Amino acid sequence: MCTLEKRGNNFLLTLIGDDEHRLNPNLIGEIRSALSQVRAQAKRGSVLIGQGKFFSNGFDLAWAESAGSGSSGFLHRLQHMGDGLKAIMVDLLSLPMPTIAAVSGHAAAAGFMLALSHDYVLMRKDRGVLYMSELDIGLTLPDYFIALLREKIQSPMVRRDVVLHAAKVKAEEAIKMGIIDSAHDSAAETLEAALRMGEKLALTARKWDGGVYAEIRKSSFPELCRVLELQSKTIVTPRL
Amino acid sequence: MCTLEKRGNIFFLTLIRDDEHRLNPKLIGEIRSALSQVHAEATRGSVLVTTGQGKFFSNGFDLAWAESAGSTGFLHRLHHMSGGLKAIIVDLLSLPMPTIAAVSGHAAAAGFLFALSHDYVLMRKDRGFLYMSELDIGLTLPDYFMALLREKIQSPMARRDVVLQAAKVKAEEAVKMGIIDSAHDSAAETLEAALRMGEKLALAARKWDGGIYAEIRKSSFPELCRALGLQSKTIVTPRL
Repeated sequence: MCTLEKRGNNFLLTLIGDDEHRLNPNLIGEIRSALSQVRAQAKRGSVLIGQGKFFSNGFDLAWAESAGSGSSGFLHRLQHMGDGLKAIMVDLLSLPMPTIAAVSGHAAAAGFMLALSHDYVLMRKDRGVLYMSELDIGLTLPDYFIALLREKIQSPMVRRDVVLHAAKVKAEEAIKMGIIDSAHDSAAETLEAALRMGEKLALTARKWDGGVYAEIRKSSFPELCRVLELQSKTIVTPRL
Repeated sequence: MCTLEKRGNIFFLTLIRDDEHRLNPKLIGEIRSALSQVHAEATRGSVLVTTGQGKFFSNGFDLAWAESAGSTGFLHRLHHMSGGLKAIIVDLLSLPMPTIAAVSGHAAAAGFLFALSHDYVLMRKDRGFLYMSELDIGLTLPDYFMALLREKIQSPMARRDVVLQAAKVKAEEAVKMGIIDSAHDSAAETLEAALRMGEKLALAARKWDGGIYAEIRKSSFPELCRALGLQSKTIVTPRL
């Protein structure tokens, strides 16, 4: 499940997930629909906050496996979810406003990628970990996962610990590793901080053209955009 | 608008007078002419120091001049200045000696990039800031702008704050963000420090072949050189 509400300048997209907190085609569709609505209602000064438990178990692998023992069914469904996640990432990269992730639980694999696809990442420090579980599960990483990790996590040793150690990284360590922006005492505190940050960003965002913001964002991740086949355009209509 | 003098091993390129040192075709031409002279007179142990007079190091392209040509004329003039900046960056990347920017005041947009195109960047801490103003003005960034920022600013969060917040970064913060080398008490102190650093570099540079220095420099920025269409060559004539 995901819900969308507006609080002041902030669009608040809450990820509740289903029982298993797994990213499956239903949830992918709901998230894309919500983002489409945000886009349509965007104004100068809008900010998106994505909050909740970012799918503690990544993709819905059980759903993929239920396509039958033949590998083609499983692969086809996994690909389908992968395409869905790619589409969400494109939606977030193209969103004409600043985006903030308020991570209030575990964020694993695809869920970790979803959180990292925001401009700013805040996380609770009392519980929850960031976790690239693929090595533990026995899956390699799609190229766009690695591209996103390389764009957002600067240190090679940190990236190694994340993908080649399948490290479970708590918030305070994530700050030291340069993965997230800040850590907060509880889920409620994390959301509060995200709302405050959103209102503060909204003050400066009011003078920005959202389309220019989105194009500059895309152009700042050329490798990721190449893998996602996402073009950025030139806008040259200055306000002097 | 810019002067060139030599003191010992050090070439001083100064953007004179207390104005914004806007990179219009005239100033661009003078800078290129000066760099050409430096290139021609280079000897082993030479070093370049670039600085400015007054409140601004450089406030970027002359957008007012571009605008005065009407809307189609604007694009043409902007392109023209952008071509000029590209050429200056190529000149600096190819200069057969170490280069130091002594940032004496505000450095915005193209002016910020002009500073960052030097091997070492020193800046006054008492006044002035680094500022990628494009988001505030409503312009996207040309690909070589982003390539230079990505080569020189390692942290994705620092780059985000620079281009997606249009942050006005003072010298001490710039040091923490890994954008510049050091911060100094005043413009005079900054120039003094650049002079001392230059003399020190000159001692080591005396044993270096300037051509090799330039080729190694270019090869250390492969993405930027690709965006500029700039090749580096192999030199294999070791002194054994």
